[in-house]
Amino acid sequence: MAAEHSGGATEYILHHQTFLANKAAKGIVDFSVINYDTVFFSVLLAVVFFLLFYLVARKASTGVPNRVQTFIEVIVSWVDEQVRDTFSGSSRLIAPLALTIFCWIFLFNFMDLIPVDFLPLVARGVGLEHLKVVPSTDLNATFAMSLTVFILIIFYSIRMKGIGGFIGELTLHPFNSKNVLVQALLVPINFVLESVTFLARPVSLSLRLYGNLYAGEMVFLLLAALTLQGISGLAHFSGWFFLVLQAVLALGWAIFHLLVITLQAFIFMVLTIVYLAMANEHH
Amino acid sequence: MNINLTLVVQMIVFALLIWGTMKWIWPPILSAMDERSRKIAQGLAAADRGEQALTEARGKADAIVREARERAGQIIDQAQHRANDLVEEARGTASAEGARIVAAAQQQIQLDTTRAREDLRREVAGIAVGAAGKLLGREIDPRKHADLLEQLAAQV
Repeated sequence: MAAEHSGGATEYILHHQTFLANKAAKGIVDFSVINYDTVFFSVLLAVVFFLLFYLVARKASTGVPNRVQTFIEVIVSWVDEQVRDTFSGSSRLIAPLALTIFCWIFLFNFMDLIPVDFLPLVARGVGLEHLKVVPSTDLNATFAMSLTVFILIIFYSIRMKGIGGFIGELTLHPFNSKNVLVQALLVPINFVLESVTFLARPVSLSLRLYGNLYAGEMVFLLLAALTLQGISGLAHFSGWFFLVLQAVLALGWAIFHLLVITLQAFIFMVLTIVYLAMANEHH
Repeated sequence: MNINLTLVVQMIVFALLIWGTMKWIWPPILSAMDERSRKIAQGLAAADRGEQALTEARGKADAIVREARERAGQIIDQAQHRANDLVEEARGTASAEGARIVAAAQQQIQLDTTRAREDLRREVAGIAVGAAGKLLGREIDPRKHADLLEQLAAQV
């Protein structure tokens, strides 16, 4: 009985962890597979973000702004302030990039607050077996963002310091010597150390976001699993107990999660600005 | 969990989204905000200027009022002086005229008195001559006794 119950929870959670993909992947990297749900929701949220901001931007009044414009302007000026505080150079890209990152990730994460079974149930209604609604619980989505940022870091580094300067930055620190022979010995060591630091940036960016949201979703799933028996469970007192317990805990976690999703979006944005500011600096 | 084509699609979507934000969202919103800041700054500067102009105008108005008051005072003083002068002058003229009239009257009186006295004397002389002629019984020839008559007349 107990084993059967735990099997049900496992199946339930695994079911929620499966993407709506064209086919099962062979191995950890398989570029013939595509997760339709991640693409669908991220594009949908991109459209939501873009339309909301674009409609305001198109009719932006220089006089007294209306409420929606005020809201958008608060976000824009806040992002602008963050960028100005950190990024000393002038770039037309950094601030829009930061705004895009913050809003898009926030919307990704916000999908986590929709009750975990709601959209998958709707999907089942139209004949889709699996549906993962939170794009930031897909490593592909988080890595796509961090890799794009990584490419921009390399681009800014090379633009600012030249290819030689960029390579020098990777090979001449932290150890250097006046002696050419000793320096030649130190170059590989420096390269290994600096490469780790350098590559850690996109990896940590994406894994931090992914990990936080994955864990958040997992807590919601575990809480939902408390009342897995459904209506039939309400025949017993324990069923009611678990129902109330799930409601209270899920509410508490959702409130706490509001902080987490905002914070994660903020961290991703700020670290992106910091990395690009570092790339854009002269040494 | 695996890495798949979604990664590439997501990167393309992300890049497009950044590009769109850079092109159509960020510049108009920021320029609207900057424009508004500029307008507000202008408004505040205009208000400052207005206030300054008001202060200046008030000062100028005060100066004009003060000047007008001084001028009015001066004019009143002048008018008063002029009035005093006129009164003095009139008084002088009047007294001179009075004196002249009095003098003329006195002269007239003198003249009349003298004339009356002459007439009286002549009459008295005539009467005296008549009376004397009657007394003497003969006629006194006024032409013969002119010097006598004259003496007589002078005594009367």
